[in-house]
Amino acid sequence: MTATRMRSPLGRAVGLGSAKEGVEHWWLQRITAVALVPLGLWFVIAIIRLVGADVDNVRDWVGNPLPAILLVLLLIATFYHAALGLQVVIEDYVHAELTKLGLLVVVRLACFAFAVAGIFAVVSMAVGTSS
Amino acid sequence: MRSANRPLSPHLQIYRWQLTSVLSILHRAAGVALTAGAILLVWWLVAAASGPDAYESVTDFLGSWLGLPLLFGWSLSLFYHLCNGIRHLVWDTGHGLDLKSTYVGGWLVVAGTGVFTLIAWIAGISSWAS
Repeated sequence: MTATRMRSPLGRAVGLGSAKEGVEHWWLQRITAVALVPLGLWFVIAIIRLVGADVDNVRDWVGNPLPAILLVLLLIATFYHAALGLQVVIEDYVHAELTKLGLLVVVRLACFAFAVAGIFAVVSMAVGTSS
Repeated sequence: MRSANRPLSPHLQIYRWQLTSVLSILHRAAGVALTAGAILLVWWLVAAASGPDAYESVTDFLGSWLGLPLLFGWSLSLFYHLCNGIRHLVWDTGHGLDLKSTYVGGWLVVAGTGVFTLIAWIAGISSWAS
């Protein structure tokens, strides 16, 4: 089900509701939130079990398919959810148009960059090409 | 956009503090804090991928007088945002929106956050000690 179809036919016909991309934003925020419930709980348990681990323990752990896959999913859901949430915070509190625009761009790019960095680190450990 | 004659809602400091509004703004604050936590996670992963020296600098920082409170704040924010996020998802289904339910749910979230954070740190410390 795509986000645009979440709008009711009547809402579309009458032309009420968000003038921009409100429905899609709302829907993706919920999708990522639902994903983050199990992923977040798994992450906490995994981290607790890794307390005191050295670098080799961590690499061995990420070397298993399941932790590697779940970490990548966690990173995607987290930074997607963060980008959407921070966007709303900025839109609510920053009213100077240029500052707002600048912050929105910076937050989007930073979330994307951090997600890529994290995913790359996981993948490099998982396939064993890291030094 | 601001017009002088338009009515304004009362300023924030007029209102008595209520559980519902406090939890609402805390959800946002915890979300922002969790973004910092997520960056910490990426730093940790990149360091582990980089090598023992980089990894050691992260674990040294996390075990320091600055790192430990940061970790505690991260765990507290995570459990709060998780519990209250579930409360939000319930609201999205149209349930629990009456006054009594918002307060019952709110206190459940406060209790859940405390219990989960406590359990996580007890488990973490015993994992570290073993």
